[in-house]
Amino acid sequence: MGMTMTQKILAHHAKLDSVRVGQLIMADLDMVLGNDITAPVAINEFPKFGQKTVFDKDKVALVPDHFSPNKDIKAAQQCKALRMFAGEHGITNYFDVGQMGIEHALLPEKGLVGAGDLVIGADSHTCTYGALGAFSTGVGSTDMACGMASGQAWFKVPSAIKFNLTGKFSTHVSGKDLILHIIGMIGVDGALYQSMEYTGEGVASLTIDDRFTICNMAIEAGAKNGIFPVDDVTLAYLGEHCQRTPVIYEADSDAVYERVIDIDLSKVKSTVSFPHLPSNTRYIDEVGEIRIDQVVIGSCTNGHISDLREAAAILKGHKVAPWARCLIFPATQKIWKQAMNEGLFDIFIDSGCAVSTPTCGPCLGGHMGILAEGERAVSTTNRNFVGRMGHVKSEVYLASPSVAAASAIKGYIADPAKVQEAR
Amino acid sequence: MQAKGSVFRYGDNIDTDVIIPARYLNTSDHKELAMHCMEDIDAEFITQVKQGDIIVADKNFGCGSSREHAPIAIKESGISCVIARTFARIFYRNSLNIGLPILECEEACDGIKAGDVVRVDFSTGLITNETSGKVFQSEPFPPFMQALIQAGGLAPYMVEKGEKA
Ligand code: SF4
Repeated sequence: MGMTMTQKILAHHAKLDSVRVGQLIMADLDMVLGNDITAPVAINEFPKFGQKTVFDKDKVALVPDHFSPNKDIKAAQQCKALRMFAGEHGITNYFDVGQMGIEHALLPEKGLVGAGDLVIGADSHTCTYGALGAFSTGVGSTDMACGMASGQAWFKVPSAIKFNLTGKFSTHVSGKDLILHIIGMIGVDGALYQSMEYTGEGVASLTIDDRFTICNMAIEAGAKNGIFPVDDVTLAYLGEHCQRTPVIYEADSDAVYERVIDIDLSKVKSTVSFPHLPSNTRYIDEVGEIRIDQVVIGSCTNGHISDLREAAAILKGHKVAPWARCLIFPATQKIWKQAMNEGLFDIFIDSGCAVSTPTCGPCLGGHMGILAEGERAVSTTNRNFVGRMGHVKSEVYLASPSVAAASAIKGYIADPAKVQEAR
Repeated sequence: MQAKGSVFRYGDNIDTDVIIPARYLNTSDHKELAMHCMEDIDAEFITQVKQGDIIVADKNFGCGSSREHAPIAIKESGISCVIARTFARIFYRNSLNIGLPILECEEACDGIKAGDVVRVDFSTGLITNETSGKVFQSEPFPPFMQALIQAGGLAPYMVEKGEKA
């Protein structure tokens, strides 16, 4: 029986000719990731695995991005734990403030993930790297500790949903709208324990940043991973960032999928997820009048350069509504510099936005933009659970950078197409 | 191995942000985490939970982040077992890896209310509602997982495996 792309990567890393759905395997890892929340727990667990050193000092990445630059003394202690562990084990991929970016944008940018790799990260959005044709998935801290000690992790081989994409996005529609649309359609557990495999002629029109965004939110549909085939777009990105030769896996023609979903990209519309679940989606023309207090543009989902360009194109020549705050978080130092050099910061600052150093900050209600009781935010992040961005009685609406920027200008959730017309 | 206690009953999609809000994740101290367990959905939980009590929930329990702090907070609060219709996958592996037993069982979820006293036998997968007298059968763990649970979690399991190799 044929295998899906994910199953092939898993089989190869488990040194097996083939695997079947439900099989439990031990697989070799190409990269093990942790951050300032999850790695301290893993570091405490590490000695229990009976190893003195990490399995490979070049295959562990530690990124203090959540509460850093240190938001308080406790966060400082957590980051210090990472720094000390990294020093002690000679970990080459430790990125402190100044080099730090949000982990899921940083790892691909640093060339630490290549096509065909198997990556685990103690962070649920590790599934982002499927954009590069890798298998990557989020795990917990004990799995991370195990991975650092042994270079291995256990997996249950997933079944898959195939998304067959055709057509091209219309103006102002991007990868975020597609993934919100999909989650709205299949639900927050619609792909539970499964892979989301994208294919079809529509894939070619998606930028690498679109693909990062789409794979990033696989977990919001309950999936184990999201994955794109390796094509010219992928190879161009990898050629620029990753030294290693890409290993290309393709799904067998007789691979079995639990479900096939056809999506015509030209029909996808700007989409917003209402509180308090990412699956609670409405098209932009159905949202009604929703007054907002804060806009957040950034995160591992939408803090890439194309996201910032998209937001700047809408904000240019406009002002943020007087009652609203608009916060911009480029995902990495490199993206920050590029945005600055392209003049995007002039646009942001002239329109009244604040630009932050890379951090997860407000995305998880950590720091740098917490919501008060009753406040509403439009955010390009990936979760809108109760209390996610602050007070339990605050609300988060998930949207694309274009919708977020348009909403900042209007002070209400707004359609980017309408803002531009008005100019 | 058995668990017995009274039940806290929750609905669908109980996410890791309500199990342990991110604002408390600047620590990895188990006791401190447990103090805020379920706070944003059930402020009473932590004042009422007793050692051995059981959580029963509906679909997709533990969805959201990979924070192991979530099963740690639940375990440390005294909960001996979580039963749900389905679990989010990272929460599922984290719970087993740290030794918090969790079971998927649709029928049990239909037949258990808040406050019922429930007994769970992990070796057979039998769930008994002592309040109503009903008995439910959950799927036993696959052999690999039984070995992991028997070893007491992932760390001792890997050490044992290493010694045998
Ligand atoms: S930006 Fe948000 S979702 Fe992404 S890693 Fe940081 S906290 Fe997690």
